[in-house]
Amino acid sequence: MKRHLLEAADLDRADATLVLDTAAQIDAALAGREVKKLPTLRGRTVVNLFYEDSTRTRISFELAAKRLSADVINFSAKGSSVSKGESLKDTALTLEAMGSDAIVVRHSASGAPHRLAHWVRGSVVNAGDGTHEHPTQALLDAYTVRRRLGRLEGVRVAIVGDVLHSRVARSNVRLLHTLGAEVTLVAPPTLLPVGVGSWPAEVSYGLDPVLPKSDVVMMLRVQAERMHASFFPSAREYSRRYGLDAPRMAALPDDAIVMHPGPMNRGMEIAADVADSARSTIVEQVGNGVSVRMAVLYLLLGGGVQ
Amino acid sequence: MAEHALGSAPATGVLLSAADVTRVVDRMAHQLIERAAAASPGAPDGGLSDLVLVGIPTRGAPLARRLAARVEAFSGIPVDVGTVDITLYRDDLRRQGVRALEPTLLPAAGIEGRLVVLVDDVLFSGRSVRAALDALRDLGRPRAVRLAVLVDRGHRELPIRADYVGKNVPTSLTQQVKVRLTEIDGADEVVLLGGER
Amino acid sequence: MTSYLIKGARPYGGDAVDLLLKDGRIAAIGESLAATGAEVVDAAGLIALPGLVDLHTHLREPGREDAETVETGSRAAALGGFTAVHAMANTDPVADTAGVVEQVWRLGQEAGLVDVVPVGAVTVGLAGERLAELGAMADSAARVRVFSDDGHCVADPALMRRALEYVKALDGVVAQHAEEPRLTVGAQMHEGDRSARLGLTGWPAAAEEAIIARDVLLAGHVGARLHICHVSTAGSVDILRWAKARGVQVTAEVTPHHLLLTDECAESYDPVFKVNPPLRTDADVEAVRRGLADGTIDAVATDHAPHPVEDKECEWAQARPGMLGLEQALPVVVQTMVETGLLDWRGVADRMSARPAAIGRLDGHGRPLEPGEPANLLLLDPGVRSTVDPAALASRSRNSPYAGRELPGRVVATFLRGIPTVLDGKAQR
Repeated sequence: MKRHLLEAADLDRADATLVLDTAAQIDAALAGREVKKLPTLRGRTVVNLFYEDSTRTRISFELAAKRLSADVINFSAKGSSVSKGESLKDTALTLEAMGSDAIVVRHSASGAPHRLAHWVRGSVVNAGDGTHEHPTQALLDAYTVRRRLGRLEGVRVAIVGDVLHSRVARSNVRLLHTLGAEVTLVAPPTLLPVGVGSWPAEVSYGLDPVLPKSDVVMMLRVQAERMHASFFPSAREYSRRYGLDAPRMAALPDDAIVMHPGPMNRGMEIAADVADSARSTIVEQVGNGVSVRMAVLYLLLGGGVQ
Repeated sequence: MAEHALGSAPATGVLLSAADVTRVVDRMAHQLIERAAAASPGAPDGGLSDLVLVGIPTRGAPLARRLAARVEAFSGIPVDVGTVDITLYRDDLRRQGVRALEPTLLPAAGIEGRLVVLVDDVLFSGRSVRAALDALRDLGRPRAVRLAVLVDRGHRELPIRADYVGKNVPTSLTQQVKVRLTEIDGADEVVLLGGER
Repeated sequence: MTSYLIKGARPYGGDAVDLLLKDGRIAAIGESLAATGAEVVDAAGLIALPGLVDLHTHLREPGREDAETVETGSRAAALGGFTAVHAMANTDPVADTAGVVEQVWRLGQEAGLVDVVPVGAVTVGLAGERLAELGAMADSAARVRVFSDDGHCVADPALMRRALEYVKALDGVVAQHAEEPRLTVGAQMHEGDRSARLGLTGWPAAAEEAIIARDVLLAGHVGARLHICHVSTAGSVDILRWAKARGVQVTAEVTPHHLLLTDECAESYDPVFKVNPPLRTDADVEAVRRGLADGTIDAVATDHAPHPVEDKECEWAQARPGMLGLEQALPVVVQTMVETGLLDWRGVADRMSARPAAIGRLDGHGRPLEPGEPANLLLLDPGVRSTVDPAALASRSRNSPYAGRELPGRVVATFLRGIPTVLDGKAQR
């Protein structure tokens, strides 16, 4: 393992598999236990440095660190020196001086975690940067797929929606490819980046032809504001062409699953009855997030597998 | 089990052959049966259904299973077996780096109020046993915890002592005791490696 | 006035001769010249070239003296072998009146290291809404001939047409920053495979090419001179080639960084590589080099853009675009154009001195190394390769994209009207 987890490409197949295996062991070790706490990172300090509001991701990381007995500091942009104009670099050096062993960073600027990693000695974990990557989300998604389907090799995954602005899509394409899955991106051409042809994924402008050939459908959040910039004509048209509703879900193979990184726009990219169906892994993904992030923190702070 | 004085000249080479390992495991199984019976006089199961053998991965796990199988063979009473992974409880993470995790598997009846015998291949500093005790504490509250090891090589760094020892081996710190088991390594053998003569 | 006898220099890389500089002019060129009282400069092995002329420099004064001043920028220019630089108009206040351009011009004269030629803004406050008083700036002591809203595109086609027409009366030229603003909202880097992966909003090549195509048609229609700043794409070179073949009076410049660097640099997310227009692909680099070699692109212009540390040691999206260029311009051209065989030394002199001087209508710059001509020249040691250390630069800022890079050629001396501004590689004031 590298010292930082900045993007999915930091993980080769062995590393990614190690993270998933470790998460599975942690899950098994904690299953049914009254004391859901391990002493592993006692005395270590993990800083959650969040420049963007993301309660669910922050809580997930916080819980992961606390279950490993690390001390956790939450440092959010609101009400801190950051809102008084302190630069990312100064903040990084301050946290370093306070003895942080790992910084979990969420930032609206793509590449901010890379810059941070350049300035600090501890580990940096990217908890989502701009429209770049969100590697722990991809890890928890891969973990969820593996638990549900028992494998990743050869699994056919359709990622549907606003690929252009999605850090989840970027991380998932890379990681799923690394782990041997076959990814198809489904979106209107306006929501695919120029240059998507160089990604290790197929591209389809239509959802219906892809569904019968998908073991996993991963729906991305689509912000209604996008229609004001003419990425699509209206929410209704988007939903009709790319939304996952019950009839479309019925076109999936029997054991296929439906995923969503949350937060969902029910009625936009995903219908309520689909989100709440037995195929949906949406709640499971949240729980798996904690185990996967525990595995990541353990492996990064341990500093290399023996 | 006789206590051997440590400190005599360590000799490298095979400490236990495959046949020796089988013999030593059998003897430890008998000891487990005898002490269980002594602790529960007159019990129809000889006190054995109270017993849980918990192996410390990697090689403590198959050892625990073997001991359980031999106890059952000699007494006719099945014994519960489990494993407890201590990786996340180690105190040497900063120095040693991370290791791949192994499963923690406990019998359905758990360990609450039972007699747990931890099983490991080699007893050295005692830190693995301490980590295992910490892990057990998070898993339940046994009536008592005992320790069984195939080889005790000395050099303890903590006040920990084994209750069942297959073989005491005086070693120097620069030497390595290598336990090989069929389930993992393809053959049974205990060898002493390296170190100055 | 001291005269200088330069011994053994090779004009345009040719045979070694002596050059006598006297009363601001090249008094004589020949073998074994002697001159009593002249200070002798040993130039054995050094190449002599006409003093370089930069059409595109940001000196930041007035307004951002923490990033650069006319004096520090002039020193950087002299060390780079320049004898004249055009100072862009995006200062604070904007150089959109005779008063501001005269202030910049006067600061340049006081610094006395290069001729600082102010560029006037095309529109008031660079706002792209109404024309600035172009005539007043042309008539001022600064004698402005180049007008540009650089940093902003004159995007309104009707306004651009009027500007092109109006400066005909001033013998002026509009230097367009070609960037269709609606296509580059939030843009961070070249739009392509890398921007897709890095999650940085793309700056499509078409946003540059669309404006160039529009403006060469407009310039042809109204018979005006048009200059295109910092051409960065292969498509732009094609359009320029087409326009020149049609007889449009269009000229163009390319920056040293677009001759050398590609969008691969963005992989580090280090904003020192953030620039506008952005670093492009290998194919674009190849195309602008060929365009410069065949004359489709007329000039190398630095787009020297100093920024203080806090504007670069930050997140990519928050960083300001721009990079230093004056001190490494010639070494970069040596590496990308001379060592590749695309240009000889006369070609370098043409693209970095004669043509930019002609575009800017400068008297006394861009002249050949001949007796009687103004003594504006530089001496280059082509054999030295050195590693760029931003801390050692004369610019007040440190945002050099060449940090740690080894580049060929070192400017040993620069003469402005017969007076050395740089000797032994050191600025003389």
